[in-house]
Amino acid sequence: MNLEQLLRPVDEYHAIEHGLTPEEFQRLCRELGRAPNLVELGVVSVMWSEHCSYKSSRVHLRKLPSTGPRVLQGPGENAGVIDIGDGLAVAFKIESHNHPSYVEPYQGAATGVGGILRDVFTMGARPVANLDSLRFGSFDHPRTRYLVEGVVAGIGGYGNCVGVPTVGGDTYFDAGYNANILVNAFTIGILPANRIFRARAAGPGNPVMYVGSKTGRDGIHGASLLASAEFRGEAEAKRPTVQVGDPFTEKLLLEACLELMEQDAIVAIQDMGAAGLTSSSVEMAARGNTGIWLDLDRVPTRARDMTPYEILLSESQERMLLVARAGCEEQVRQVFAKWDLDAVVVGQVTDDGMLRAQFGGREVVCLPVALLTERAPVYDRPVRVPADLDDRQRLHLADLPYPSDWNDTLLRLLDSPNLASKAWIYRQYDWLVQGNTVVGPGSDAAVLRVKGTDKGLALSVDCNSRYCLQDPYVGAVIAVAEAARNVVCAGAEPIGVTDCLNFGNPEKPEVMWQFVEAIHGIRDACVALRVPVVSGNVSFYNETEGHPIPPTPTIAMVGLIEPVRMYTTQWFKAEGDAIVLLGQTREELGASEYLAVIHQKVAGVPPWIDLAVERKVQEVCRRAIREGLVSSAHDVSEGGLAVALAECCISHPEAPLGAVVELPASMRVDALLFGESQSRILLSLKRRHLGRLRDLAQQAGIPCAVLGEVRGRRLVVSPWIDIECATLRQVWENALPRRMESPAVNGGKNAQ
Amino acid sequence: MRWGVVTFPGSNDDRDTLWAIEQVLCEPAVRLWHKDTDLQGVDVVVLPGGFSYGDYLRCGAMARFSPVMEKVVEFAAAGGLVWGICNGFQVLCEAGLLPGALVRNRDRRFVCAPAYVRVEETDTPFTHLCRRGEVLRIPIKHGEGCYVLDPATLERLERNRQVILRYVDANGRVTPEANPNGSMGNIAGIVNEQRNVFGLMPHPEHAVEKWMGSDDGLKLFQSVVASFRNVRSADQTAVAPGH
Repeated sequence: MNLEQLLRPVDEYHAIEHGLTPEEFQRLCRELGRAPNLVELGVVSVMWSEHCSYKSSRVHLRKLPSTGPRVLQGPGENAGVIDIGDGLAVAFKIESHNHPSYVEPYQGAATGVGGILRDVFTMGARPVANLDSLRFGSFDHPRTRYLVEGVVAGIGGYGNCVGVPTVGGDTYFDAGYNANILVNAFTIGILPANRIFRARAAGPGNPVMYVGSKTGRDGIHGASLLASAEFRGEAEAKRPTVQVGDPFTEKLLLEACLELMEQDAIVAIQDMGAAGLTSSSVEMAARGNTGIWLDLDRVPTRARDMTPYEILLSESQERMLLVARAGCEEQVRQVFAKWDLDAVVVGQVTDDGMLRAQFGGREVVCLPVALLTERAPVYDRPVRVPADLDDRQRLHLADLPYPSDWNDTLLRLLDSPNLASKAWIYRQYDWLVQGNTVVGPGSDAAVLRVKGTDKGLALSVDCNSRYCLQDPYVGAVIAVAEAARNVVCAGAEPIGVTDCLNFGNPEKPEVMWQFVEAIHGIRDACVALRVPVVSGNVSFYNETEGHPIPPTPTIAMVGLIEPVRMYTTQWFKAEGDAIVLLGQTREELGASEYLAVIHQKVAGVPPWIDLAVERKVQEVCRRAIREGLVSSAHDVSEGGLAVALAECCISHPEAPLGAVVELPASMRVDALLFGESQSRILLSLKRRHLGRLRDLAQQAGIPCAVLGEVRGRRLVVSPWIDIECATLRQVWENALPRRMESPAVNGGKNAQ
Repeated sequence: MRWGVVTFPGSNDDRDTLWAIEQVLCEPAVRLWHKDTDLQGVDVVVLPGGFSYGDYLRCGAMARFSPVMEKVVEFAAAGGLVWGICNGFQVLCEAGLLPGALVRNRDRRFVCAPAYVRVEETDTPFTHLCRRGEVLRIPIKHGEGCYVLDPATLERLERNRQVILRYVDANGRVTPEANPNGSMGNIAGIVNEQRNVFGLMPHPEHAVEKWMGSDDGLKLFQSVVASFRNVRSADQTAVAPGH
């Protein structure tokens, strides 16, 4: 298409092709006083896309608590920033890369990691760790193994090469993700608390500089067409909209940006992520209340004859846009030249509040920045409780038969991919690089030391989407509570949350209802546990052919341990230690893994949770760890007490340790062993510390029961379970490898 | 003694190696840039782990052509101590300072995990403080760590006692299960014939602080320091009578 054709006014058909509704197009023409040209339509369509504008979620996201004494930067920037004391801060965020990872698993997952890394080092932070939250379909589905193989290799391929350790994450398998997997990537970085870089284009006349890789034709319309619409079974056809990652260039870009940030040359900086040059320039101008003028002829390109439309919408990776102080252009160029990277002046900050772009001597874009950002459409979409909710929530425990053998039941649960060891996955990630990993993957939370201080960071990511499917409010409350409980089990105080809200099509009132309920759950849990939500991401349209995914509001929790040497892990440490359960077990099995694996049933409501009790249980656990009473601490979650005990025995990185436990038969045996009652933590400790622990629990009004002791090489839960730890471990460790290594591992490559 | 740690574009464990040397070992170190043509009078050069130049061609294949490597080759020829860790080992093989090659792991996947290695020889500057047969717990993290070479060279390597570290189980036994990447003879680390150039796949710089898991890797760093001091004092003793 030549320039003349690109500059002609468009009509409603073009607009609908670009994902705008007829109403949105009419509104655009009214506000502009004219019809846009095709380049402008491209710009508007990405800026007004769900992915960039948050048009369906914005009215609800405001409800989340985002302030607190430690918050240095809340939502609205590239990442949130929390003060950790001694002049240091952490910047962190989680982001989805779901559709690209389904279409092209290796590159989709890899560029997801690349994007979130840039969001964090943009703030001036050196990334110190990644987490990944993954949701795949069932292993029965022909494409699942291909997707698992590709996504894990992509995350490793990118993170390992950039030199940022992947220290943890969570992975679930559920048929509800068969044709729409989730890949949520989290990065945390450390920066000086008084030197946060923001993306606010200020100072009209300052040069706008383009740094990093050249622009190609990859990823055009990733944000609008791939991330903001449902799949319609054409995954292969959409491959060209997925970007290709180059972690080596990212590493150079990271080092160059951090080096430049040591000098006083940058006014504002932003990653060119979704919607590339368009969104980075528009968002920087919007935050700075300024305008931006761009000369597209100066943008470095790697393909011939790129049109202004393509240059503005390309999502080529490893690029940043920065506003330099006038006169510092040469300084910027020199730093980037040292790392063999381009740095080119492509425009200027202006004071007219407009995005203007010229190409071939013609003005090709002239749009008000405000129209693209704060005046973009916002919808308070209708909600409706799903008609079948009552039916789905019904569960009569009396009708549920007991399995014939409890040993076998425990083994079948440990063989469930959701509960099994995830070593097959995390062995492919470098979780050691940078030399800060105190606790790697495989415990409740990862722990990093902060060099030069006495501090440690504990990181966890969590969401049980089966709970959210059965009750999105309670499911979201539990996601926050469990993520917090995990970092508490490592000995940390929860200090901040970032959330990745993965849902179906928000235009469906039932999906919107799930979303709003989940937001309310996150809000209430964060208020009760006093942790602010400082950044996040919304991913809608996770559907395939009309089926929404189970609602998945993923919560990443950051905790602070001081001193870091007081950290704790989940596995038993020494024979003779007493095993104690904090918290109360209720007779409940709704939405449990036991119900799904043993009875092939998803029914009932998620476990009961009282946030005041949750807070007290966490407080007691954290104090006990701080006082040095505790040998191990493990959150009781999916699979209940029996699975938690087994994990304490067998997750030790070297030799497993057994346990002898007696449980009072106070309820149905299956609920006692496998029920997933919340606000429970399993501790092991020296007998001499029991008195002090009991005092702490009693003061808080929390149940604290001695269940037994660490002993031998068998797990004995009398009178029901008695198995060799070696057997438990073998089943638990082989569950993923045996599913991944069976012959047809690439058989699903071309399956849809 | 003065340590030098090379940073190639794409090196990742350079900072970690410097941390081990400066903060844990408390020895002086300088950073060498891949474009440097002066080794600044260092006594030992470390080529660290990472993905030099992205490792898009063959691991280490680009790095060997960098200006600093020309000097490293001269330094090694003159008897200087050169130590390649992981990607550094790959660079040393590509540069011809060590025999053999490191290819894709047996199962085609990257592997990051604690590993046990047995010290086979202690008459090198790098293992001199270890016991023969001692088992060290040092992590590995690589996608291309499968050490291969032709049978004749392998035979010569074994005969000359150039195999320094082997993958073993926790009890020190060489077994196929203990071999994480398919390396011939479970080989994890080797020296050249002159025993002044050492390459290994495990990362000793990630096992230097006991409270973080293991400090078994520190012995290799300490060996270098001790052997350097021994050489120095031996030299001084040797020249003393003439004065």
